[in-house]
Amino acid sequence: MSNGTVKDHLILIGLNHRTAPVEVREKLSFAGRDLDPLNLFLGIPVVREVLFLSTCNRVELLLVSREPETAVELSKKAWGEANDIEVSLFEKHLYYFRNEEAVRHLFRVAAGLDSMVLGEPQILGQLKEAYRRAAERRATGVILNRLLHKAFSVAKRIRSETGIGSHAVSVSYAAVELAKKIFGDLSGKQAMLIGAGEMAELAAQHLLNQGVTKLIVANRTLSRAIELAKQFRGEAISLEEIEDYLLKVDIVISSTGAPHYVLSAAQIKKLMRPRKMRPIFFIDIAVPRDIDPEANEIENVFLYDIDDLKAVVEENLAYRRKEALRAERIIEEEVLKFKAWLEQLKVYPTIVALRRKAEEIRRRELEKTLAHLKTKLPPEDREALEVMTKSLVNKLLHDPIIYLKNRYHRDGQQVVDFTRKVFNLDGEAPLEASPPESILADLEKAPKH
Amino acid sequence: MNLFFFKLALIVYAIATVGYFVYLYTLKKEAAKGAYYTLLLGFAFHSLSIILRWVEAGHPPLTNLFEATSFLSWGLVLGYLIIDRRFKQAKTLGAFVLPVATILLVYSSFCPKEILPLPPVLKSFWLPIHAAISLVSYGFFILAAASGVMYLIQERQIKKKKLGGWFKRLPSLEVLDRINELSLKIGFPLLTVGIITGAVWAEEAWGSYWSWDPKETWSLIMWLIYAALLHERLAVGWRGRKAAWLSLVGFMAWLISFFIVNLYVPGAHTYVEWHG
Repeated sequence: MSNGTVKDHLILIGLNHRTAPVEVREKLSFAGRDLDPLNLFLGIPVVREVLFLSTCNRVELLLVSREPETAVELSKKAWGEANDIEVSLFEKHLYYFRNEEAVRHLFRVAAGLDSMVLGEPQILGQLKEAYRRAAERRATGVILNRLLHKAFSVAKRIRSETGIGSHAVSVSYAAVELAKKIFGDLSGKQAMLIGAGEMAELAAQHLLNQGVTKLIVANRTLSRAIELAKQFRGEAISLEEIEDYLLKVDIVISSTGAPHYVLSAAQIKKLMRPRKMRPIFFIDIAVPRDIDPEANEIENVFLYDIDDLKAVVEENLAYRRKEALRAERIIEEEVLKFKAWLEQLKVYPTIVALRRKAEEIRRRELEKTLAHLKTKLPPEDREALEVMTKSLVNKLLHDPIIYLKNRYHRDGQQVVDFTRKVFNLDGEAPLEASPPESILADLEKAPKH
Repeated sequence: MNLFFFKLALIVYAIATVGYFVYLYTLKKEAAKGAYYTLLLGFAFHSLSIILRWVEAGHPPLTNLFEATSFLSWGLVLGYLIIDRRFKQAKTLGAFVLPVATILLVYSSFCPKEILPLPPVLKSFWLPIHAAISLVSYGFFILAAASGVMYLIQERQIKKKKLGGWFKRLPSLEVLDRINELSLKIGFPLLTVGIITGAVWAEEAWGSYWSWDPKETWSLIMWLIYAALLHERLAVGWRGRKAAWLSLVGFMAWLISFFIVNLYVPGAHTYVEWHG
């Protein structure tokens, strides 16, 4: 490496909900194993940096190595061995991305574009957590540090510039979003759950999370009502009491197995005057429906059945898919920027060598001059000379360095070779003399953007 | 000088309006913030133009159509700023109210603007009180109407289950209804005081409290509409759709009273006569 360029490769190996069934994903997630995957992969000699991401929908390994083929082979082997699974058993489910592709994939994952629910935000938190663990273990270096920070900022940019994360895409969230547009703030509001069921209970939980203060649970079997009420810290009532409680509550989630309407439009209409016309929102998740659809015609009564909510979700998903296209454009833009940085990385050893040489000359010449002076200079004057010579060197080097950084994209290695020849960087002070750590230290100091 | 600041206010209001439209479209917080500070600047210019005109004329600038419309716009912006402080989640209201304030200023900019000596009948202690209070009450009725329109749009979105761009952009029904209610609760007492002070003044000037002048009649119609709305709201618990519609009916009565009766029907409020 006499010309001072070594290429660091980014490698991403992984499997997700589209490429592998959960049985395979969970086997590779190190779950329940007493082994830190970071330690395992860092133990492979050709691996320089590691990040390990494991969520319920994906397991991914991000590596930096100068010998990518060996790194991939050894990592797969170690991965399989550590989890007692033959490489051949999971190999067909793996996807591989290199360099630019790996960057793009990571950005897409961070923004939720690769998620099962398009645009979901949890993945960003999981990625941050994975990075925190890797950084704590010092498994990441210059490249992954920068890449991960970039991934977080790209995800943030996509969230703020596109609508990828807006609009509820699950039935229960859609119901909560509607409730908020009807009641504004949900704190201080009361809700009633008629019947039970997974989706209804989920919606009730969301409402409580949004500040609904009280939940009333009505059920055909009172014991079931009491059990649910305990779970949500609410009040259990029997079906006969519903009408009285309808005077108080603001939101009703209905999900009984009844073969006919539990509430008729006339019954609800009758309630409105005693309610002082306060709005009421019915979420009818039951099939067949519990609440007479005619009720939606009553003033200040809002009724959504399961199909209405599903239609809302479908529309919101279509909107997200449209916004995802805009997000992909942002990602392309950022991938290019990151690629430029990666490329630039290759000229850094040359820049470091250039700076070191200049600094050496400066110091030598300054000492020579000071030694030859007849009078000893006071410290202030020495300081002034130091500053002057330093700025001379910096100003002289400024343009060559900029030239190197900018032209490298176009002219590649040629520029580096040319610079090294012009400044004779490989003659008297060969780069091998400098330990790689110091280059990395210099890289760390390099401006982040 | 007062006209210079008037024009400045008009331009700055127009910019603020565009800012609120941008916010309505993009929902970017920065747009709402920018529009709000622009509006504050415009309001400062507007206030200054009114004060300067008062100094230059030597009497409160509430005597002709230019001055009245300009003051009405000022009152509307004042009301908007009060509502905006009270309801943080209703920034898109600006996109409905500010165009009206701007249009009112544009309209007044087409009226004759010279300062004329005050006709003897207007030389009264009651002039600034009666006119200012009445005009500010109109500002709140415009706010009630604007929030009413927004309520009707939002309610339609939710009832028809077509949750489009408006659903996302407009505040919740609850907030819109409360803005409507608050505007009414401020506007109605002001209108009442405006009518009473007008009657007292009329007694001083013409010796009769009430003469069924067309303007008086329309003001009474307005008062009855808003009184009914307030009563239904407080006693029966009317809200939402019906309240929104009734505040629009009141707004219609106001439009007739302010733009048609004032201009074309002869009477004590016919501004055109004073500078004919």
